[in-house]
Amino acid sequence: MDTLNNVVPLATPQLITEMPLVHVQHLHKTYGRVRAVQDVSFDVYPGEVLGIVGESGSGKSTVLRLLNLQETAEGGTFNLNVPALQGENLLACDRYRRREVQTQHIGIVYQNPHLGLRMHYTSGGNVAERLLITGERRFKTLRDVAESSLAVSEFPLDRMDDLPMRLSGGMQQRVQLAKAIALKPQLLLLDEPTTGLDVSVQALVLDTLKRLQQELTVTILIVSHDLGVIRTLADRVMVMRNGEVIEAGLTDQILEDPQAEYTQQLVHAKL
Amino acid sequence: MNVLSVKNYSKRFFIHHLAREISAFANLNFDLTAGQFLLVSGANGVGKSTLLRCLYRSYRPTSGEALYQSQYGVVDLASLADVDMALLRKQEIGFVTQFLRPRPRITALQLVSEPLLLQGVSAEVAQERAESLLESFGLKSDLWHAYPTTFSGGEQQKVNLARALIRPHRLLLLDEPTASLDVQARASLHRELARLKTEGVAIMGVFHHPEDVQDLLDDSIELVLESIDRGIEHDPNLLVK
Repeated sequence: MDTLNNVVPLATPQLITEMPLVHVQHLHKTYGRVRAVQDVSFDVYPGEVLGIVGESGSGKSTVLRLLNLQETAEGGTFNLNVPALQGENLLACDRYRRREVQTQHIGIVYQNPHLGLRMHYTSGGNVAERLLITGERRFKTLRDVAESSLAVSEFPLDRMDDLPMRLSGGMQQRVQLAKAIALKPQLLLLDEPTTGLDVSVQALVLDTLKRLQQELTVTILIVSHDLGVIRTLADRVMVMRNGEVIEAGLTDQILEDPQAEYTQQLVHAKL
Repeated sequence: MNVLSVKNYSKRFFIHHLAREISAFANLNFDLTAGQFLLVSGANGVGKSTLLRCLYRSYRPTSGEALYQSQYGVVDLASLADVDMALLRKQEIGFVTQFLRPRPRITALQLVSEPLLLQGVSAEVAQERAESLLESFGLKSDLWHAYPTTFSGGEQQKVNLARALIRPHRLLLLDEPTASLDVQARASLHRELARLKTEGVAIMGVFHHPEDVQDLLDDSIELVLESIDRGIEHDPNLLVK
């Protein structure tokens, strides 16, 4: 008996019953005459890792900075589906609210540690600062949280009183990561987190990220031009060029059966 | 009960730098029922692996539909949203290739038990099951806690199979899983596949040596390519037996 005949398949998307955690629609940003981000829309579901790839200047990092609310968008909406922020367009909120969202709900790791860390604070101090912002003043709590976050990001704790400038690149990235996850944000933004690290350190950082994603079920948006990194971490990939999304799909589909001309060039350029 | 019903399934690759379309297969029709084992056969390059990849959505099919009876209802694998396909891959559709993708600093045992852990199974149970699978595929126990990056091809494939078969499936796609295996591992795979069949898993596979699984096969489709030149102007003529 053929039970599949004359059945109308379910419309899509249908199986994922959860709401997307990140819902971005028609994002626009220009720098003078340069259209950095044009009409970018996407969803990221809870616990998912979405990779963004594309050449330099394609608008990948701008998307991350817009979602981190550190730049103002010219248009579009950004919803973060957590109880405290239900239905709110975060791109339109005032600076007090923005500060709250940035500390409580979003963590970011930059390619350049100088952007994410205060170089004249100790490593532990950099992490503890996140709690200070929320009003925590007890030294023991600050120290404990800094220690546990640094441990989760696999930072050697005997170095936590060192200044970041005395640390290697891989360790600086771990401090950034510890700082980003200190307040257990729902969304983690990673901007080229492994670029510039040597291969063995890159592998360690990748492994930490993968474990974090599985254990804390944090939702991750990662920008990278390293397709190996994207393949290891991302569930889905979005390809950007000239500020627009030209292709999106499951990671293996984008890497093995790219449709757009630019994506084919990108994939074939991989060593 | 039909698990999969493929209708007019076609795949063409458009290669931009050649400005040319290459056809892999066209207008395939077949059904797969629960507990059935279907062999996909044909010469090299007729699109056997491509067909499996199009069902798993590593490749995007060009046209046609692949109706699949999921636990949520009937879905079309050809047009299903990416997030939903990712969900089905985690829960009920498996794909075993010839290659393991080891990750840095992850041991063989961790790699094998990971799919169960992600489904919420306790660490002890997952590890026990992983150990018994690795043992049955004949991976030496002193390698269980080593990183598979440096394993031989056969050892990697044993890890790959154990990882793929550790969790339950409704549909299992196999792309030459026995390619680099020794006799013991082939026998174990045969035993595992026989068990899955009785549990009602629909299995579809490409085998370099179909005799390894001959007695388990229920049906086969043969992909045939009439024209060697698969340019845009020549549609390959595919026969389905």
